[in-house]
Amino acid sequence: MGVADPQPPLLEVRHLSTHYVTDEGVFRAVDDLSFRVMKGESMGLVGESGCGKTTAMLSLLRLLPAAGRIVSGEVLLEGRDLMALDEAEMRALRWDRLSMIFQGAMNALNPVRSVGDQIGEALVIHGLAPGLGAAAPRVGELLEMVGIPRSREAHFPHQYSGGMRQRAMIAMALACSPQVVIADEPTTALDVMIQAQILELLERLQRELGLAVILVTHDLSVVAELCHSVLVMYGGALAEYSNVDRIFNDPRHPYTRLLLSAFPDLSRPEGKLISIPGHPPRLNDLPPGCRFAPRCPQAFDRCRLESPSPRLVEPGHWVACHLYEEAALDAAG
Amino acid sequence: MPPADVPPRRASPPEEDFILEVEGLHKEFPLPRGLTGTLRRRPRKAVHAVDGISFDLRRGEILALVGESGCGKTTTALTLMGLITADEGTIRFNGQDVTHLGERAGDRPRASIAQVNGRMYRKEPSVFPAITMKRLRRQMQMVFQDPYESLNPRATVLESVAEPLEVHAVTRSREEKLARVRQALEDAGLSPAEAFMSRRPHELSGGQRQRVVIAGALVLEPVLLIADEPVSMLDVSIRAEILNLLDELRARRGISILYITHDLATAAYFTDRIAVMYLGRIAEIGPTRRVLAHPQHPYTRALLSVIPVPNPRMRRQRIILGGETPNPVDLPGGCRFHPRCPLAFDDCARTDPPLILVGAEHQAACLLADPG
Repeated sequence: MGVADPQPPLLEVRHLSTHYVTDEGVFRAVDDLSFRVMKGESMGLVGESGCGKTTAMLSLLRLLPAAGRIVSGEVLLEGRDLMALDEAEMRALRWDRLSMIFQGAMNALNPVRSVGDQIGEALVIHGLAPGLGAAAPRVGELLEMVGIPRSREAHFPHQYSGGMRQRAMIAMALACSPQVVIADEPTTALDVMIQAQILELLERLQRELGLAVILVTHDLSVVAELCHSVLVMYGGALAEYSNVDRIFNDPRHPYTRLLLSAFPDLSRPEGKLISIPGHPPRLNDLPPGCRFAPRCPQAFDRCRLESPSPRLVEPGHWVACHLYEEAALDAAG
Repeated sequence: MPPADVPPRRASPPEEDFILEVEGLHKEFPLPRGLTGTLRRRPRKAVHAVDGISFDLRRGEILALVGESGCGKTTTALTLMGLITADEGTIRFNGQDVTHLGERAGDRPRASIAQVNGRMYRKEPSVFPAITMKRLRRQMQMVFQDPYESLNPRATVLESVAEPLEVHAVTRSREEKLARVRQALEDAGLSPAEAFMSRRPHELSGGQRQRVVIAGALVLEPVLLIADEPVSMLDVSIRAEILNLLDELRARRGISILYITHDLATAAYFTDRIAVMYLGRIAEIGPTRRVLAHPQHPYTRALLSVIPVPNPRMRRQRIILGGETPNPVDLPGGCRFHPRCPLAFDDCARTDPPLILVGAEHQAACLLADPG
């Protein structure tokens, strides 16, 4: 499924389910998630904390913590199923084709090594340079690409500001010229002005390098500024998936609607902020029907009994809600 | 609306209209010089965290103090709470000078160390106050940023919320204490209060924890609440409920709120006035609607332009300022914003613009601001 496009997708995820098996039971962190990303497209993955966004992305990279299990599903990157690769093949492909800017990663730089060395290391490990010395020209190039002067290469992370550390992390993620970059909350801890600088940078890199970007965030307004398509997750499952204009201007799922009205919008400050009552479900104790039913103002009997699967309500617009029926098949395009 | 030539503040309204009046507040944190620096008698450097700000807060008003990290908003709040002493300036609470209150009864009022032209001198307080800082804090309370860290994980909600009552020895009996706690919890939107009293923080969601923190601030029935980034750690879906709660408290209890944030978008929703801070100064202050609709300072305009709007049909030109907020140790000469200002001209490097009136109750510190 994808937001209607004739060419084959760069990344296609089909029916991905990931569980965490713990003493407290099985947490169904990702349940039957499907989406596709085209070359040069940016997709926003939106949802509240604990709705499975990060787990879904770690599943793509097969970097789950020990308790995590990918239960089912396929992840096709340029037609190759990542789930079928062995660990060595996966390691070669990770960073090289598919890389990730981790949440809070700007604080994960090694404090006792220079930033240039740390980026160079990624190049050396992936065989793109024989040694740190040989990697230097490419490191300088990468730093300049993200707007850090070459002269700062030998500096240590503590000599960088927060915004610059985040840029350095982006440079590191781009070191091996990947096709797909996953950015997990890349601006969350940053000031608004620095956030704008980073978003502008991501936008420019995406345009210039033809990158596909998956932006994981709880901030809908960042998605509105940057993304082409949006996938809204709730309680580990897809709630709504469409292009950015439909999600913001014609949302169908009650959760998407509530989430939008909970968001301050400077363009219409007269509006009232509406909060969503209740709490997201515990992933080890999901309600029997629709996961959103306990908080949904429009829930009816069927919602409490039967879990809705995503349906195509118009071309390129999937909604997992009993309020909508599958559109006529010829519209599926 | 008063005519434009009347100064917005001090149009001599009765003093009681203001819960808080801050004038010329300064706070700097001296930096260590190191051994060589001391031996060579290099001038002592300091972080100019708050560099001469003045504002006031009316009864029942919500004022937002907005700015990037390091602009001095939290230092301002801590100074108001008496948690750090001001170097210069006066803070009047309910018309009374509270700048130099001692912590306990009988304490000497605190003197402060000020620096003029590189020389340090001890500044004696001008008044000998009758009340103590501790007593004053019954009337002004603060809500901190992180609800995950500001609650004792081993204390129940009841214990956490009742603690201020015990510290201030307000209640005489257990029943009275329980009644106050119940009232505070319900005012903070945790109802029925009994269901929450015996819980511990790990049994609460982020939004509920922040409500408990707010209840702890409300239990003393303060007239002023200082909320320092109360929603920045919370998920979007629960931000709205905390902001609506603050707005409701003002409506129901007539409480005044100083809302400190880096996020103009949340400030836009429920505040009466906005003060935009840049490098320890107020760059622009005025009624929320006016500041948002007609920002006069280039910094406010830039801040507004970079706030993402949750509507893809409204993607617009962002004014992205290069670099980051300069270091508050070596402040730029002239207007402190001129090195990053897209509109700066020659004069900006020389003249430090004062706040001037640009509309009803609306002031901006910019040479280009249009008076009147």
